[in-house]
Amino acid sequence: MKILVCISKSPDTTSKIAFTDGNSKFDENGVQYIVNPYDEWYALVRALELKEAGGGSVTICTVGSATDDAVIRKALAIGADDAVRIDCEPTDAFYTAMQIAEYAKANDYTLVLTGKETINYNGSQVGGMIAEAMDLPFISLATKLDVAGSTATAEAEVAGGIQICEVELPAVISCAKGMAEQRIPNMRGIMAARTKPLNVVAAADIQALTTFESYELPDAKSACKMIDPENMDELVSLLHTEAKVI
Amino acid sequence: MSVLVYINSNSGIAKSAMEAVTYGKKLGGEVTVVTTGSADDTALSALGEYGASKIMVDRSVTSEDPQQITSIIASAAETTGATTVVFSHDLTAKAVAPRLSVRMKAGLVSGAIDIPQGDTIKVNVFSGKAMGLVKVASEKRIISLLPNSLQPETGGDKCSVEEFNGNAGDARIKVLDTKKPEGDIPLPEAELVVSAGRGLKGPENWGMVEALAVELGAATACSRPVADIGWRPHHEHVGQTGVAIRPNLYIAAGISGAIQHLAGVNGSKVIVVINTDEEAPFFKAADYGIVGDAFEVIPRLTEALKKFKASN
Ligand SMILES: Cc1cc2nc3c(=O)[nH]c(=O)nc-3n(C[C@H](O)[C@H](O)[C@H](O)COP(=O)(O)OP(=O)(O)OC[C@H]3O[C@@H](n4cnc5c(N)ncnc54)[C@H](O)[C@@H]3O)c2cc1C
Ligand SMILES: Nc1ncnc2c1ncn2[C@@H]1O[C@H](COP(=O)(O)O)[C@@H](O)[C@H]1O
Repeated sequence: MKILVCISKSPDTTSKIAFTDGNSKFDENGVQYIVNPYDEWYALVRALELKEAGGGSVTICTVGSATDDAVIRKALAIGADDAVRIDCEPTDAFYTAMQIAEYAKANDYTLVLTGKETINYNGSQVGGMIAEAMDLPFISLATKLDVAGSTATAEAEVAGGIQICEVELPAVISCAKGMAEQRIPNMRGIMAARTKPLNVVAAADIQALTTFESYELPDAKSACKMIDPENMDELVSLLHTEAKVI
Repeated sequence: MSVLVYINSNSGIAKSAMEAVTYGKKLGGEVTVVTTGSADDTALSALGEYGASKIMVDRSVTSEDPQQITSIIASAAETTGATTVVFSHDLTAKAVAPRLSVRMKAGLVSGAIDIPQGDTIKVNVFSGKAMGLVKVASEKRIISLLPNSLQPETGGDKCSVEEFNGNAGDARIKVLDTKKPEGDIPLPEAELVVSAGRGLKGPENWGMVEALAVELGAATACSRPVADIGWRPHHEHVGQTGVAIRPNLYIAAGISGAIQHLAGVNGSKVIVVINTDEEAPFFKAADYGIVGDAFEVIPRLTEALKKFKASN
């Protein structure tokens, strides 16, 4: 089975969020990039487990520029066979998804996995868009995934509970918590990642549908009101009369 | 301008559905609701009170197949001539809106928290640590509204409900079974949430957390390590890598307030923090803070609530 895992980079979760150029650009000063946790912990690790159980190959796919190669190598260190980088700036979800769909269509993957969302833009858009562009079924927010022959069985979060469902491959699946456990790359993996193939392919001509014009930071919280631990009646009364939440 | 609002009415009409219709009305123009699911006509026609002028219901799909729902919404948009489609940013929207975006060549704005200002729409980015203003370049647009971003507003009258055949096509996802979530109140929709972390020392101590939640009518949540070590079920894990929530009230006991935890809860309107350590980072994000032992403070708070309810 040929599996394609879509990996994006995201700022380290402890990064200070700030903007430059008149609040129109994310300030990358001092920011460390990591593999987006959902893509790494859930999508990539589950892909590797499926390959270990049933054979096949795992390819990483990133839409990005040469500055993303370091993050791609981090993902390769966890264990994928090779990587492909579609060479361009991922301007919006539609643009990114169309690039991945074009590449995936031409290369016959049985399974395309994405993370639940990127932790910087939190769109949850790219996976569903790839599926529509390829006319494939899409399971959103899967928490479990198994493959037997040409059938995938998954558990996924839907309105009103967890749905256990079955789909004929090929398919696109977005991966959420529960799917797999985080794997820490070992020294051998890190060494091997340096020489694994990272193919750079040209981007297709696509028009983005949305743009981020500018950013804002939320208003600073006003100081926390401290309450005597002995006096919970006061808290209840404040929640009722001042905060008006109960 | 004509606006189409999609609603999943499988488990009745959620508050988030009323928010989505209210949002559609605020965009101006005629609002039509298209829905799949099992809610009856009486429940559906009540959406008129929030500003819908017509409900189109396709009862042919019983499962949550995103392709079928996409097809139904796309044909409803064609029938009504809608150029804007509104969703509530829930699980169904996450599965369906991206497909619809490609199908309709309509820019998707997901996680909107406000009505458009000029030609931009405000969304949450960086897990709630910042907001972005998104501009849609395409002629049509899809807006997926973050739950609890505005209050539902009434003022209209009940409206007509029409059967609609949206040519859903065949389901490609075969549903084998559906498991109901544990707990009465699903976390992403809860308006009040009581949450606890490693400070509680062990799963056997969650009784007091649950008792407080029951007294408040709140859902329960937890920090990531607590779910990882198996003290609490995974679906209760909130934060950057768990569920992001925006309740009216979030009470956190024995949680330090790591930045990854805050990322999932900083959209809460009011935050109450209970922690023995006055230096705990969570106090910086809190509205009300109690420096004290959760084992004493939580039961005391539950008692205070009982008293309050009895006297009101
Ligand atoms: C990439 C990444 C993603 C992550 N995602 C998440 C996420 O989504 N959600 C999340 O929660 N974490 C996440 N984390 C983990 C996060 O960094 C913290 O480790 C975690 O939130 C700490 O959990 P805690 O506050 O329960 O435990 P601790 O940090 O151990 O804090 C326990 C707190 O309880 C207090 N306490 C102790 N005894 C008592 C008592 N008797 N009464 C009252 N207070 C008491 C202590 O003072 C302390 O502040 C992530 C980490 C990484 C690296
Ligand atoms: N630039 C990118 N390159 C490759 N995959 C991406 C990229 N951006 C997003 N993805 C994938 O799409 C998923 C959802 O992203 P988003 O729609 O931005 O929340 C991510 O978890 C990744 O798996």
